[in-house]
Amino acid sequence: MTTRAMPRPAAQPVRSAPDALVLEVGSTTAGRAAGYPLRREGPAKLTGAARYTDDLVFPGAWYGATIRSTEPRARLLRIELDPDADWSGVVVVTAADIPGENLISAIKEDQPVLVPIGGEIRHHAEPVALLAAADRETIRHLRSRIRLVTEPLTPVFDPEASDHVFAAYDISKGDLDAGFSAADVILEGEYRVGHQEQLYIENNAMIAVPAEDGGMTVHGSLQCPYYVHRAMKKALGLTGDQARVIQAETGGGFGGKEEYPSIIALHAALLARKAGRPVRMIYDRHEDLAATTKRHPAIVRHRTGITADGTLVAQDIEVIMDGGAYCTLTPVVLSRGALHAAGPYRCPNVRIRARATRTNTPPNGAFRGFGAPQTEFAMETQVNRLADRLGMSPAEIRRRNAYELNDLTPTGQVLRESVAAQEVLRLAVEASDFERVRQATAASASARSGSGILPPGRRRSGAASAASGIGMALAWHGAGFTGSGEVHLGSVASVEVTGDGRVRVLIGSTEMGQGTSTIFPMMVSGQLGLSADAVEMAPVDTALVPDSGPTVASRTAMVVGGLCIEAARRLRAEVEARNGGRPFAEVYRADAAAHGPTRIDQRFEPYPGISFDDEAYRGDAYPVFGWAACVAAVDVDLDTAEVSVRDVVAVDDVGRVVHPILCEGQVEGGTLQAIGYATIEEIKLDNGRYLNDRLATYLIPTATDAPNMRTILVEAPFSGAPHGAKGVGELPMDVAAPAVIAAIHDAVGVWVTELPATPERILAAMDAGVGAGDTSGTDAAVTSGDARRGAP
Amino acid sequence: MTVFRFLVNGTPAELNVPGMRRLLDVLREDLGLTGTKEGCGEGECGACSVLLDGQVVDACLVPMAQVDGRIVRTVEGLSLAARERGELDALQETFLQYGAAQCGICTPGMLMAARAYLDDGGGPNHDAIREGIAGNLCRCTGYQKIVEAIAAVASERRS
Repeated sequence: MTTRAMPRPAAQPVRSAPDALVLEVGSTTAGRAAGYPLRREGPAKLTGAARYTDDLVFPGAWYGATIRSTEPRARLLRIELDPDADWSGVVVVTAADIPGENLISAIKEDQPVLVPIGGEIRHHAEPVALLAAADRETIRHLRSRIRLVTEPLTPVFDPEASDHVFAAYDISKGDLDAGFSAADVILEGEYRVGHQEQLYIENNAMIAVPAEDGGMTVHGSLQCPYYVHRAMKKALGLTGDQARVIQAETGGGFGGKEEYPSIIALHAALLARKAGRPVRMIYDRHEDLAATTKRHPAIVRHRTGITADGTLVAQDIEVIMDGGAYCTLTPVVLSRGALHAAGPYRCPNVRIRARATRTNTPPNGAFRGFGAPQTEFAMETQVNRLADRLGMSPAEIRRRNAYELNDLTPTGQVLRESVAAQEVLRLAVEASDFERVRQATAASASARSGSGILPPGRRRSGAASAASGIGMALAWHGAGFTGSGEVHLGSVASVEVTGDGRVRVLIGSTEMGQGTSTIFPMMVSGQLGLSADAVEMAPVDTALVPDSGPTVASRTAMVVGGLCIEAARRLRAEVEARNGGRPFAEVYRADAAAHGPTRIDQRFEPYPGISFDDEAYRGDAYPVFGWAACVAAVDVDLDTAEVSVRDVVAVDDVGRVVHPILCEGQVEGGTLQAIGYATIEEIKLDNGRYLNDRLATYLIPTATDAPNMRTILVEAPFSGAPHGAKGVGELPMDVAAPAVIAAIHDAVGVWVTELPATPERILAAMDAGVGAGDTSGTDAAVTSGDARRGAP
Repeated sequence: MTVFRFLVNGTPAELNVPGMRRLLDVLREDLGLTGTKEGCGEGECGACSVLLDGQVVDACLVPMAQVDGRIVRTVEGLSLAARERGELDALQETFLQYGAAQCGICTPGMLMAARAYLDDGGGPNHDAIREGIAGNLCRCTGYQKIVEAIAAVASERRS
């Protein structure tokens, strides 16, 4: 891979589809890198001046702590405070102190804020009581003096054995039996993925500050201020005005600060309410790892029929996700997982059956990709194994099956525009020199394989201590909310000229590192004829900004960006009309002085021609899709089976690139998170408890684990958004893990079907039969000889 | 409680604190220097990296007893001269230009590790840079732009 030495705009995006509306990105400003504004809050972050939640000072604030269950399932009989301890200077909160409903606002309201007496404890880290004191020493001393008296109940840990189903979907198209009877090869596979922790480097944190009128303000690290706001109204019995949520600088989210901050905010608020003073609820890493949401573990089973020339004819897919102890966002995670499970491929006969069940482990929730990385890992590995079985290049099998314009998805959605699967595939193959490298790795594998006189050993050559391999994957990612989600949300975004003549964007969409604060001024200023610098971002404070929806689902640039562009257009028209048609940039200050403030609120309206039947699961599951291809090159140590991911080419179609450097940053970060998922990130459980709940034992990639990455951005715009953007945050998370697994197979000849591909799993597969490919390891592959028809 | 005297970002400090109090808490809570962040509290993430006599250390693992008479430099002291002019220093500016900071929580520690690498004579070789910042976790960037930014500063200095 080449490396770039100069600050630059990223390589010019490749424009692949007919132009929709082209966004005027930031005009060149002196001192700015190649015409794009620099990260707006960058200087504050680089000098240490940025204020994250734990950096905020509230005089007189107490420290809060959560008393949790240590059992996976039990009936709570009593909470006992040690009578020998001094409880005078502290506050203890139990479920009895909750003024509103004892429920966390969510899809299905099944999770209590605190387990009530007589209630059921459903996971080992479940909050039962809260404690606040003026200093940490007192908390440390007293927290062990609170005793939970319980009656144990039998826990359930196997999601397949659980009889409590959070959600189930059945998607089908065509005639499965006819499809399989037309197949030359039928391949079965079972894939398993475990928990993954978001591992934002800033732990979850909330500070609650009680107001004199009985209201409550929380300052915190969060993605979705109005989720927290809703939760406060419900559990604290507050009005919309009494509950106020202010986002502090947020040190990463990745979905991990989507729903869980509501719980922490309520805990801090309950303590603050009782103590009558601010309470700081700052999780340490251990608590954050032990208690907060993870990516859903999944079991995915495939049965695939394909013809000898490599045409997919039948796919039967079963998805089982482990929701953990409470519902959280599980139905929508499962939905996205199911809708992406058949991959970005045309296939006439498809059945997808998906269900998510309850277990007695901490609840799983949102994490970048939201169900799709689990099912796309399974599908892409299945496709790579099919290519291997047919003796076909992984690139070729994808060229033959990848979606093209006007193809039909399993829900019957016609892909009417913006289909760049072939484009990203072609670019990834070319940029990585895929076929040539693949020939070279095959030649070295063959040189290592010996004479065949002796049974194969792990190390085939005295000279070669590592084997190299290359692999690829292709992915799609539905842009924005699933189904009619955006219609139900009805988000509002606003752009205003203030009374003192400033232009300001008001949205509840948060900056958590991905670049919201930088791209919104760009998108709005482009419509107003201003420089990005002239547009301010209002602080994310529910007392100021409208509910522009949660900062999730890669929807911010696409959906909220579109709303702000429309709002800016209307603002410009209104101000110019009042000023004899003179350009907005010339007149807006004088207009504000003469007429006072002007604010435009823009509400989401359904994208034209897009409709989804939530009951039947038919129709346009997403308004449009993003497309990504990834090629990974790995070295596998032949003695230790340690995997080193050396180089990655990532090609991502994001509709329109708003800011190339920030966009590349999303691809690079998402790619490494996916590589961690593929190689090292794993949670081990014992009796429903996470065993490796510290950063010393839950490992994420360091700079030396990270590959050199080359990112190629492709633009196939979406006509429904005024600027064509489709979002970028989650797309790279879907595609890199199966590419790494394919590269490991290319290197050492075994398919690892359970993530992560730890040395233990690779060695087990290698020991089961080097070069045996499909019959090794945990792979349940079967080729049906009966189904072969005219195969060469 | 013991009185400890040391230099922080060029300014003398004198504090009467327990000898086992973490340098991280002294910086953040006693001196109000909140630029240094806590990510794990056990020396794994490097978010609290500061320079102690020019060596990069995790402030969460350093008790005050080891700080007496020594020189501490934090992100707030990275560019004192540049800051007085309201500017960033070359390292910070290059991070900004390259997009090497995203959420920013690892950034202060990452900058201190990069400073130590460069002050130690580190060059633009990417593998060497990766080794130099291997103790500092970043979850946003994939490290690509951080490595490129540090390489650019190293190259600039050599040319």
